[in-house]
Amino acid sequence: MAELTYRAAVAAGIAQEMDRDPTVVLIGEDVGAAGGVFKLTEGLFDRFGPDRVRDTPISEQAIVGAAMGAAMTGLRPIAELMFSDFFAVAWDMVANQIAKTRYMTDGQVSVPLVLRTANGAGLRFGAQHSQSVENWLMAIPGLKVVAPSTPADVVGLMASAVRDPDPVIVCEHKALFATKGEVPDGEHVVPLGTAATVREGTDCTIVAIAAMVSRAAEAADRLAADDGISAEVIDLRSLVPLDAQAILASVAKTSRLFTVEENPRLCGWGAEIVSLVADEGFYSLDAPLVRITTPHVPLPSAAALEDAALPTVDRIVDTVRRRLDEAK
Amino acid sequence: MATTKPALADLDLRLGLYRVMVACRRFETRAQELFFEGLVRGTTHLGIGQEAVAAGFAAAMRADDYTFATYRGHNHALARGTPMGPLYGELFGRANGLMGGKGGSMHITSAEHHMMGSYAIVGAHLPIALGAAWSAQYRKSGQVAVCFFGDGTTNIGAFHEALNLAAVWKAPVVFVCENNQYMEYTAIAAVTAVARPAADRASAYGLEPIVVDGNDVDAVHEVAVATLGRARGGDGPSLVEAITYRHGGHSRADPGTYRPADEVSSWLARDPITTYRARLEAVGVDAADLDRIEAEATAKVAAAEAAAREAPEPSPDVIETEVWADGSSRWRN
Ligand SMILES: Cc1ncc(C[n+]2csc(CCOP(=O)(O)OP(=O)(O)O)c2C)c(N)n1
Ligand SMILES: [Mg+2]
Repeated sequence: MAELTYRAAVAAGIAQEMDRDPTVVLIGEDVGAAGGVFKLTEGLFDRFGPDRVRDTPISEQAIVGAAMGAAMTGLRPIAELMFSDFFAVAWDMVANQIAKTRYMTDGQVSVPLVLRTANGAGLRFGAQHSQSVENWLMAIPGLKVVAPSTPADVVGLMASAVRDPDPVIVCEHKALFATKGEVPDGEHVVPLGTAATVREGTDCTIVAIAAMVSRAAEAADRLAADDGISAEVIDLRSLVPLDAQAILASVAKTSRLFTVEENPRLCGWGAEIVSLVADEGFYSLDAPLVRITTPHVPLPSAAALEDAALPTVDRIVDTVRRRLDEAK
Repeated sequence: MATTKPALADLDLRLGLYRVMVACRRFETRAQELFFEGLVRGTTHLGIGQEAVAAGFAAAMRADDYTFATYRGHNHALARGTPMGPLYGELFGRANGLMGGKGGSMHITSAEHHMMGSYAIVGAHLPIALGAAWSAQYRKSGQVAVCFFGDGTTNIGAFHEALNLAAVWKAPVVFVCENNQYMEYTAIAAVTAVARPAADRASAYGLEPIVVDGNDVDAVHEVAVATLGRARGGDGPSLVEAITYRHGGHSRADPGTYRPADEVSSWLARDPITTYRARLEAVGVDAADLDRIEAEATAKVAAAEAAAREAPEPSPDVIETEVWADGSSRWRN
């Protein structure tokens, strides 16, 4: 075990795959000698050289398109989109080309690539550099979407993403870059589509991803200490494929479900989880299914506003306490 | 413009060019009739009049070079050796279709023939072709990617992003603009700041402006040999503007009446196939040999049509297959 920051885990996860497979290459803006604007790829250029770690111009369509063409023809490219908001600039490549080509060609062409991106709020960057876009991505058939919450999962999910024969988007959370955690020694792989139970509990299930996981866990600790409520916290880690069985099994035990999302209200990923449980877990429910989300607004920039817009530990605790109370 | 000296040199090559152009013409002419019969569904974008570009480049390409085309891509697929039966099958929406009915006319792909797809979002395949070229460069495979697109495509961002990055990376890719003078219904000149939509942009990316008569298959072939050689030799990308014309409308039943009659008739007189036939005969090729090539093409088209007519509709069982590489569409456990 070594303690790594989430930031260092990104580079470690990429290095693990580049060491293993010479067809793995990395491209993006400033990813080379500069080590990335968030220093997520530091050291890779020196270690793997300019053929395998390439800087690009500010050309999001060309970055994603080039990764696609390379993936179709024998490479396993990893392309970085500096901020996930920039998916909007490359959306044709992502939603129309990468996602659909395998299906439209009836399996003649595979697109085994990874798009990594800095997702999420917390750095006061305002509405065009703080969005959580995992719900845009999971809406497109043909894309796999993961969102690690710990350094170990960054390494493990990166490994699975690179090895997967289909396109995988890795949403790295900006607010977590400085956080630390233990990463197992040796090869570390976390299969796509496996949720992790972060806290065991019996009274309710709280489902979260990325930066919301530690908030949900802290809320669970406070609910246990202050109210004697035993909350189970599930970190989905992967939205597509989705570990539906983990959610359904937890709700079968707790009978109550909360989701904690950074997505704005409409069509956030939690809506899909709630619909799944309403459909397939209905008879084990004792209370309404509740989504805790960002309001349906573009994210504001000021610290006081951004903090209040995102689901906070206080809001999670209050919501769970109140909704469990009213269901009694 | 590059010109050619008529000669009987490379007779096999030249008969091959003729054979491919004629096969494309017969295939598409019949496809248009079948569209009006209701057998070809959805839409079709025909390259009738533009066959010399597809034939001239394909003949210069190595078997493992990559082709990237647009929705106007039947000619490019055929020129790389894609069989006609499955191509008609895809246009008819039948189970024998090249992509089993999942792609349709605008997405013709035959990976086996290194025909890496037809792309229907204008400009998208330029960066993708660049990526295939980068992959070939990285793998040191000696392959070249050739990317065909229209004049209208020179005004979308992806064109410029791809040209710049290809030049910076010296990627082995040849970008071929088939300037057929029109986008859908608007003349390219009406919406473009420069007279030559591709060639006049080349210098912005440090490339030579290359213009070729896209209706002269010998000239196209010559440019193809030169630009493919340059790419394979490590000297980077080229941007070729092939001047041509589509005989018909943009798609489906478009009669193309927004084009002046004298413009259409002058281009019909420059038909790449009839002019090439005349050139071959002028240098001594036996008319009977050319007649035989035409008869063969007609027979192949008829056989392909029959095969596709006989093929069943695809089974609904395939709807949820081939989203993922394991063949499934499963998104949950
Ligand atoms: C991004 C995008 N915008 C618009 C269209 C609609 N459209 C399809 S073909 C076409 C004309 C393209 O003209 P050109 O590039 O000259 O190719 P041509 O059809 O002449 O071969 C247009 C506007 C599209 N498919 N994609
Ligand atoms: Mg055009």
